[in-house]
Amino acid sequence: MSEVTLAQALNGALDTALEADERVILLGEDIGRTGGVFRITDGLQEKHGEHRVFDTPVAESGIVGAAFGMAIAGLRPVAEIQFLGFSYPAYDQIINHVARIRNRSNHRFTAPLVIRVPFGGGIGAAEHHSESTEAIYAHIPGLKVVVPSTPSDARGLLLAAIEDPDPVLFLEPIRLYRAVKEEVAELYYTTDIGPVRVEREGGDITLISWGAMIKETRAAASLLEEAGTSVEVLDLRTLSPLDHDGIVASAKKTGRVVVVHEAPRTGGLGAEIAAVIQEQALYSLLAPVRRVTGLDTVFPLKRSEAHYLPSVDRIVKAAEETLEG
Amino acid sequence: MFSLIGPDGTVRDRLPITLEEMRGLYADMVEARTYDHKCMAMQRQGRLATYAPFEGQEAAQIGAAAALRPDDWVAGTYRDAALMWRAGYPWRLLIAGRTGDERGGQPPEGVNVLPPSITVGGHMIHAVGLAWAESLKGTDRVALTSFGDGATSEGDFHEAMNFAAVFNTPTVFLCQNNGFAISLPRAEQTLSESIASKADGYGMAGAQVDGNDVAAVLCVVRDALETARSGGGPTLIEAVTYRVGPHTTSDDPTRYRDEDETAGWRERDPLERVRLLLDRAGGWTQEWQTELEEVASRRIEEAVAEAEALPQPTVEEMIRRMYEEPTGPLRAQLDEAGQ
Repeated sequence: MSEVTLAQALNGALDTALEADERVILLGEDIGRTGGVFRITDGLQEKHGEHRVFDTPVAESGIVGAAFGMAIAGLRPVAEIQFLGFSYPAYDQIINHVARIRNRSNHRFTAPLVIRVPFGGGIGAAEHHSESTEAIYAHIPGLKVVVPSTPSDARGLLLAAIEDPDPVLFLEPIRLYRAVKEEVAELYYTTDIGPVRVEREGGDITLISWGAMIKETRAAASLLEEAGTSVEVLDLRTLSPLDHDGIVASAKKTGRVVVVHEAPRTGGLGAEIAAVIQEQALYSLLAPVRRVTGLDTVFPLKRSEAHYLPSVDRIVKAAEETLEG
Repeated sequence: MFSLIGPDGTVRDRLPITLEEMRGLYADMVEARTYDHKCMAMQRQGRLATYAPFEGQEAAQIGAAAALRPDDWVAGTYRDAALMWRAGYPWRLLIAGRTGDERGGQPPEGVNVLPPSITVGGHMIHAVGLAWAESLKGTDRVALTSFGDGATSEGDFHEAMNFAAVFNTPTVFLCQNNGFAISLPRAEQTLSESIASKADGYGMAGAQVDGNDVAAVLCVVRDALETARSGGGPTLIEAVTYRVGPHTTSDDPTRYRDEDETAGWRERDPLERVRLLLDRAGGWTQEWQTELEEVASRRIEEAVAEAEALPQPTVEEMIRRMYEEPTGPLRAQLDEAGQ
């Protein structure tokens, strides 16, 4: 066991996967020589060879389309797209082919590939580098969408995604890459795709979040606890398929739920979560489900980021209103 | 443009194909045309969904498929039924697909032919990935992708060609330039002198062949496959042909093209030239022709009967096709939809 960042945990998981399974190959822009724009693949080409880790031309559709063909032919490709805002040229490949080939071929051909994509804002990046458009992927049947927020989940979920017989979009919270440290076992282990992680158990209110917003949600929970409220925090970890049972169990237990996400509010996953709760736990609710989200604006540039990102204060305020309601 | 057999059936060069092989290619083209006509008729009877006929393109498809090894990969389009069939995909499944049944998308084990891509151009890069994987695995399998002239304007054509060249994947790109992308003529699709010449920009070999000449297509594709198989990299082949039918059963070609032009292409029919050649060589009789047509009709009718006899698909099958194991939300929806 050693203490590692989320970025190091991902690097270690990829290293382990390359070591454990000769079908695993990595491809993407600048992932070989330089180790990727966030250095997640640092040293892997040197260690595993140019026949396992490929620097590709700048072409997201090409990267995903080629990975798709490789997966059909029996490999386990892990493709990297540099930022979620750069994934849209590959959207056609993802929704029209990757997510559909099992259905189109009645299980004869499958696409067990992983598409790793850094996502989210808060680092003062240029336009298109801070997107949280996970809902447009979670909406697509045939795809799984996973978001770790801790180093040990990052390792376990990435290894699970690589093993998964179906395609997985693996979203990596940029803001947490080097902001969290945790002891992570260097063993080969997987974390189940699907179930929520109960980050903190409590009885008065449930805060649900994922990815980088877990940080603010956790801080808000601590403040609320200091004021005497017992807070349950769920880290969703898997956005598709949603863990209805895990969400509903917590909603029934506390009767009060706030969903926190960085993505714009309209059509965001908070709406889906609220809908699931009202369908399955309405009579346990003591207050309306509230959402604390990004605004329905383009993700702003550096000087306006604080206007956009849900803050600890906004989460606490929404929780207090929910506790009153 | 490379060609071996002229429209009048005369051989322009020494034919590197035996008479028996030519008879086999002819029989395959007759069977493919029988299928095509049957599907057009069935669509008119309301038994098939929209159908995209390939009449006029039999030589390009049968010639290319005849060059493949049975374990090679094929990624084609909705107009490639003849190619897919000759590569091992049964007629009954092609028909099942057109009746609106996903089970038609499942070729038998060992047949490495992907179900057709309906969106234009996105599948070419799949053949790059398939071929790339095979070379990484150390096999000598090749992937052939077929597409039309319109697809060469898609961005994915560029990405596929570039990746194939950069990574030297054993991929053969077969463009069936059939003159039109629905209504847009080839001359307005690209100002390139030819589609084959686009290969130059990628550092890739390119070849243009008479797509209505089954022998020429077979030879050119065979060479390209051999080059790919032996590590020589990808090739772009432009088979110049013509879609004598409509784009699909929903299309009216009189709105965008001159019927005289179509009539001119009918004179260059891919089947008739081989029939003339075989007749001259003593390899064709009317009795044989009748027998071929009867056998083809019987096979297609059997395939239709099998496709139409498939039991009604269930909601459970539909839900189970999304993932290896149904997700929690899908299991709940199965309960809901099943009631």
